[in-house]
Amino acid sequence: MSFRIASSPHQHNQKTTSQLMLWVVIAALPAIAVQSYLFGYGVLVQLLLAIVTAWASEALVLMLRDKTILPRLKDHSALVTAVLLAVSIPAYAPWWLVVIGTAFAIIMVKQLYGGLGFNLFNPAMAAYVLLLIAFPVQMTQWLPPAALQQHALGPLDAVCAVFNQASCQGLSLEQLRQGVDGMTMATPLDTARTDLMMGLTLPESYQKPLFQGGVGVGWFWLNLAWLAGGLLLLQQRVIQWRIPVSVLGSLALCSLIAWSVNPDTNFSPLFQLFSGATMLAAFFIATDPVSASTTARGRIYYGVLIGVLVFVIRSFGGYPDAFAFAVLLANMAVPLIDYYTRPRTYGHKVVKGR
Amino acid sequence: MQSLLEQVAAGLLWRFPGGVHPPTRKAELSKKPIASLPLPDKLYIPLRQHIGVAGHCLVHKGDHVMKGQPLTLADNSMSVPVHAPTSGLILAVTEHTSPHPSALPEPCIVLEPDGLDEWREREPMHYPRCSTEQLLERIQQSGIAGMGGAGFPTHLKSAVQQHVELLIINGVECEPYISADDALMQEQADTIVQGIEILCHILEPKAVLIAIEDDKPAAISAMQNACDGRQPWYVRPVPTKYPSGGEKQLIQLLTGREVPAGRRPIDIGMMMFNVGTSFAVAQAVLHDIPLLSRIVTVAGDTLQHPQNVLAPIGTPVSDLLHFCGFQPERPQRVIMGGPMMGFTLPDLSVPIIKTTNCILAPTQQELPAAGEEMDCIRCTACAEACPASLLPQQLLWFSKAKDTEKLDEYNLFDCIECGACAYVCPSEIPLVQYYRVAKAEIREQQREALKAEQAKARFEARQARLEAEKLERQRRNEQLAAERAAKQSASAPDAVAAALARVKSQQQQTPGDLEAIKAERERKKQQARERQAEKTEAPADSVSATDPRQAAITAALARAKAKKQAAATSDSERVQSQQTEPGQTATESVETAAANEASDPRKAAIAAALARAKAKKQAAASASDNGQTEQEQAKPAHTGAAQAAAEPAQTAAASEASDPRKAAIAAAIARAKAKKQTEARPAPEKAGPEEAKSDQTDPASAPDEHIAPTEQPSDPRKAAIAAAVARAKARKRKETELK
Amino acid sequence: MMTTALAVLGVLALLFGAILGYAAIRFRVESDPLIEQIDDILPQTQCGQCGYPGCRPYAEAIANGDDINKCPPGGEATVRKLADLMGVEPKPLHEEAQNAVKKVAFIREDECIGCTKCIQACPVDAIVGATRQMHTVIVDECTGCDLCVEPCPVDCIDMIPLIETAERWKWDLQAIPVRMVEAD
Repeated sequence: MSFRIASSPHQHNQKTTSQLMLWVVIAALPAIAVQSYLFGYGVLVQLLLAIVTAWASEALVLMLRDKTILPRLKDHSALVTAVLLAVSIPAYAPWWLVVIGTAFAIIMVKQLYGGLGFNLFNPAMAAYVLLLIAFPVQMTQWLPPAALQQHALGPLDAVCAVFNQASCQGLSLEQLRQGVDGMTMATPLDTARTDLMMGLTLPESYQKPLFQGGVGVGWFWLNLAWLAGGLLLLQQRVIQWRIPVSVLGSLALCSLIAWSVNPDTNFSPLFQLFSGATMLAAFFIATDPVSASTTARGRIYYGVLIGVLVFVIRSFGGYPDAFAFAVLLANMAVPLIDYYTRPRTYGHKVVKGR
Repeated sequence: MQSLLEQVAAGLLWRFPGGVHPPTRKAELSKKPIASLPLPDKLYIPLRQHIGVAGHCLVHKGDHVMKGQPLTLADNSMSVPVHAPTSGLILAVTEHTSPHPSALPEPCIVLEPDGLDEWREREPMHYPRCSTEQLLERIQQSGIAGMGGAGFPTHLKSAVQQHVELLIINGVECEPYISADDALMQEQADTIVQGIEILCHILEPKAVLIAIEDDKPAAISAMQNACDGRQPWYVRPVPTKYPSGGEKQLIQLLTGREVPAGRRPIDIGMMMFNVGTSFAVAQAVLHDIPLLSRIVTVAGDTLQHPQNVLAPIGTPVSDLLHFCGFQPERPQRVIMGGPMMGFTLPDLSVPIIKTTNCILAPTQQELPAAGEEMDCIRCTACAEACPASLLPQQLLWFSKAKDTEKLDEYNLFDCIECGACAYVCPSEIPLVQYYRVAKAEIREQQREALKAEQAKARFEARQARLEAEKLERQRRNEQLAAERAAKQSASAPDAVAAALARVKSQQQQTPGDLEAIKAERERKKQQARERQAEKTEAPADSVSATDPRQAAITAALARAKAKKQAAATSDSERVQSQQTEPGQTATESVETAAANEASDPRKAAIAAALARAKAKKQAAASASDNGQTEQEQAKPAHTGAAQAAAEPAQTAAASEASDPRKAAIAAAIARAKAKKQTEARPAPEKAGPEEAKSDQTDPASAPDEHIAPTEQPSDPRKAAIAAAVARAKARKRKETELK
Repeated sequence: MMTTALAVLGVLALLFGAILGYAAIRFRVESDPLIEQIDDILPQTQCGQCGYPGCRPYAEAIANGDDINKCPPGGEATVRKLADLMGVEPKPLHEEAQNAVKKVAFIREDECIGCTKCIQACPVDAIVGATRQMHTVIVDECTGCDLCVEPCPVDCIDMIPLIETAERWKWDLQAIPVRMVEAD
């Protein structure tokens, strides 16, 4: 009879890392569906491209690092990065954009820092920022929501658009981006900002067809879908409540104060919460465990920092949406936050080093 | 603001951070009655089953012992005895696989029960009339150590000066499967309550709090009934959460207080005992039944009848498992303790000891083996589960990096190794294992540092002493020189010439002497080697020479030689001829030495010893076919010895003063030789030994400060060992006491 | 004007000089703390394998610029700590005595002739015994320096690995021998 020697505990009861990651992807599915319904099938093409690139680059680096490839691919962390980046990119952005972004995220941001668990920055967001700075034109070419599109696009058109920057009928991306009113469309946040710059008040800006209902056609639903996914993650205990609540809370509070001071020039809390990438970032990006703070109190500070930064950048900065920057900045602050928010150990009075 | 006691009386409960909720799997087991194990064939009783030091073993192989008879003597406060769980025969006192995660062998008494179960005489106590000291003595002599798992001696824990506000009885078995205490409370609630009363008599607490997890309603009601309205006693159901049974966690849960780091519960006025311990106390005091058996939960899906079993201490795990219908898988995991903190056993002969509460033999489906360790994703599930509010993942980084300072900063030593972090880790990292390794490493480092410090102190003390000795010697030499100079200037006019001559003769003598000693050493080494060779081979068959040992060596060598050469010539002849030779040579040389005996007996002794050594060497050499060189080698020794003997007394004295060490060595060698030879040699050859012995009477010349206290000059060797052992023991005891 | 400036500067210089001089005497550090620090890192086996008679002389030598990799008993860990302290690159140990098992001296007592040579060689007085009486090693005091082995005229001293006890065990689960027992 042979015996198995093992260290205690001999019992385990928690989703494994790969299960956790898979849950994130599953929770993202409703939002992906909404996004592809509202903004066209290009999202799916981008997803496919991102996933393939992510796996390929992960495998390549693991091979170069002499690590086992299959078990590490199976942890699905690359998959999550790919999904998060793909949904952040305009649906009809050129194919090389997402390929460069994903490869950068996996190779430079994740693996060069030591692989899963060692990266300082959120890979998807770091890649997003890289793309935004390097290819600002392509990164802001959002198509209008399907309801407002002049030219409807089929799945095949989506593939053509991503690879050729034109639909199968030969319509250029520029033409595709024109809305029913013949105007080139941007995201609601972008439009509102531009209008503000041009001297319009927000209520005036909201009159545009893009803002049906005050938040922006499609974007509201998309954010709702992300919120639903986020709640699923919370329910499954894949993420903890602290980061999303503090992100959304601080953002809402800041905008509420600003909005009550001057509703003409400041976004309403509702607009802030349900436009752009707010829900995606609060539930799926800021909660990335690797780059977030690791103490309970620290996570609240971390979330608040992101919320405030988003508000500041959206209100005063040069970029329409700010989550990528806010998350990266907060990532940088994590070691500091962690150091000063160490919990008090049982039986110890104060944390040493404070 | 209510006082703590009022809050406790009001039934308030607090909470502790973290914790996990593993499936308890206790329901079935806790309903079954406790089964009694038939006496096993053999009992393996480890000498040490508690935290502290083992007692002295009182029994020997072949002794017959009665049930309850102490097998070890607890002669200091850090030790408790072990007892014979039944009457029987001591088969051996030997090393046996220990019930410890390391499975290192530890001293163990093997007892074969005779089946009669005869008791020694018992003296029940009437405790209200007994003093605290008497009760503590009884508790110690009954071998009671904490039965919750740590095994801290109960008498030590109870012997406190501080005032005890709250006595907490721990009936919280938070680990899955384990229901031994539950079963005990259900069946023996009255005895447990008696035990608590005795503990109250000793400690005089203001209140007693009996904590039981709320998933054990039967135990709760049994204890409530047994307490029977005693005031202020509270039976307090606590929420089921792992690890609420941990001492510190339970205190936090029941009182909201924390035991300060590095302190004990008594420092905040609390004292905690396991229900099993209080049962054992009652048995010991009221019935004089020492700790002979305990209840063990035997569980797991590979068993047909998982149940709680009353097993004698020392029962091998295999007996218990087979009693419960063990049907092992391959590979089978057998865990001693619960699934969260228990350890796997490498073989099933490991015995049950006082702290063993569970034996688990799960199937692979039941408790799957941990998967492959993946990278930490910093999800902090571990931090949320940690009952001590540590940051397990940070500790993991630091453990991997062996960053001792950071580990200390992040309070690694406050980790109670409950395993909650590893239980929830999605990457299946064996966190606790990392911490244990790191802790062991740090403890080792601390030991090393302490040792280095001691070594340094000893080294410095030694340096100082050597320096002082050197000065002393110098002073004496100068004094002697002055005396000599005065004498010589009086007797001889040409002092310079005399001195020169002396120096010359000394120079002549010294190389020969040195060479002789070198040769002697060489011979000794060779002899040692031979002896080892001899040990491995069979003893010589026919020994007819005067010195049986020499002959044996010769024979062995010859045998080796013969084997090596695989010669066809009959070696019996050769062996015989060689065997006669050494005896003769030895006799000759001793006679020579005796003849050379001069005015200085010591010199003569040296000479004799050297000569004898030479002779031996010759014998050995001739045996190994080196007959040609023997005469050459012998010559310098003889001349050296002769010269030494012929040397004038003055020179001898001078050389002795300058190099007493050399003389001492030679004398020692001679004496050792002599001792051995006197045993075997006939009378006429006693001349050498006699002289060597006379040398012994002059211990003042020995350059030695380490003289062990030799009360028994007849056997100084034994005395030296005893002294060394005693000293080491005393030091160790001091260390443990300091801790 | 010029002279006033010079005078002021001169006075200032004198004043500061005096302050510095006073501070140098008043706050003088007793001995070179660097040597102490190095000495604390060294394992204090006093074995002399570094070529110096004991750990402290070697510490002084390191402080004066000697190599840090001459201490086999300390092993890699000591070299690393010394490198940290001295701010130099850790060098590999001179000898292959890396990761050596901790050993202590053991005297085969029936072969000991009581010559006291090992007692004299032991730098930490860890051997007890008297002339012509058997010697024994105090295991707890032995630093495993090896110095007693050579002088023994009868080769009765062995360096044996320290026996592992449950207290010292380092949780090496892989090393546990699993005894195969046939199920009955």
